[in-house]
Amino acid sequence: MNENLFTSFTTPVILGLPLVTLIVLFPSLLFPTSNRLVSNRFVTLQQWMLQLVSKQMMSIHNSKGQTWTLMLMSLILFIGSTNLLGLLPHSFTPTTQLSMNLGMAIPLWAGAVITGFRNKTKASLAHFLPQGTPTPLIPMLVIIETISLFIQPMALAVRLTANITAGHLLIHLIGGATLALMSISTTTALITFTILILLTILEFAVAMIQAYVFTLLVSLYLHDNT
Amino acid sequence: MASVVPLKEKKLLEVKLGELPSWILMRDFTPSGIAGAFQRGYYRYYNKYVNVKKGSIAGLSMVLAAYVFLNYCRSYKELKHERLRKYH
Repeated sequence: MNENLFTSFTTPVILGLPLVTLIVLFPSLLFPTSNRLVSNRFVTLQQWMLQLVSKQMMSIHNSKGQTWTLMLMSLILFIGSTNLLGLLPHSFTPTTQLSMNLGMAIPLWAGAVITGFRNKTKASLAHFLPQGTPTPLIPMLVIIETISLFIQPMALAVRLTANITAGHLLIHLIGGATLALMSISTTTALITFTILILLTILEFAVAMIQAYVFTLLVSLYLHDNT
Repeated sequence: MASVVPLKEKKLLEVKLGELPSWILMRDFTPSGIAGAFQRGYYRYYNKYVNVKKGSIAGLSMVLAAYVFLNYCRSYKELKHERLRKYH
């Protein structure tokens, strides 16, 4: 049971070949493109959803920030679809791997911060000191703000990893508990099953929310820096 | 009237059972051939189930069901030990 719990998080390798590449590339199959004005239902639904999300997310940015639209929209689609696909039985979720989330968070955060430093150096440096701080506190506050700046990519990555991993672990554990309880006491098993259903609903929500939060935070870092 | 269609151009359902090995060996196994096969398969599925006037949830669900099945096959080795048996 102990070893079983975490084997579902190991990267899938078949005969030494990285199967994980295929799994990471799979969500792209589910988003077909269409050049038509009136396309099929599937593509129309996706385009409508994408327009909704992009309007809501990119409206706060100026024209320089809006050049990042493609990046942020593909980010939210990728994280959302990968998380939702991970809720299917037996599937592997790439976003449970810290390496992958770091690979997404660090370049995006660094891009936003470096853009800010290159184009608006004074304003970016001014972010380190909130307005209206008493003079004796200034050195300490600059240090604290620097630390909080450098912790941003780590927080982005670890937040996503921890949330998705914890959710999957809880589902495994409670599902196992329901199965084990069925032969002992059916009522308790039913209660546990209800908990499992609620948890699954929560996981669906978390899958989408985490994608949203990740993208929102990157866009906030961008907004600060453009 | 004896118009013999060469083996290479016959479709799979027209190939006789005895000719099957040679038909398989004649297929195009170059990288571009394999890529072409995947592309043809993808568009066959897409145009039959998704790119239609009244597409339903079945087009997407069949893909997800196949994904679940493939993942089950992939992790069968670990799942073998979780069967309800007295002796594993």
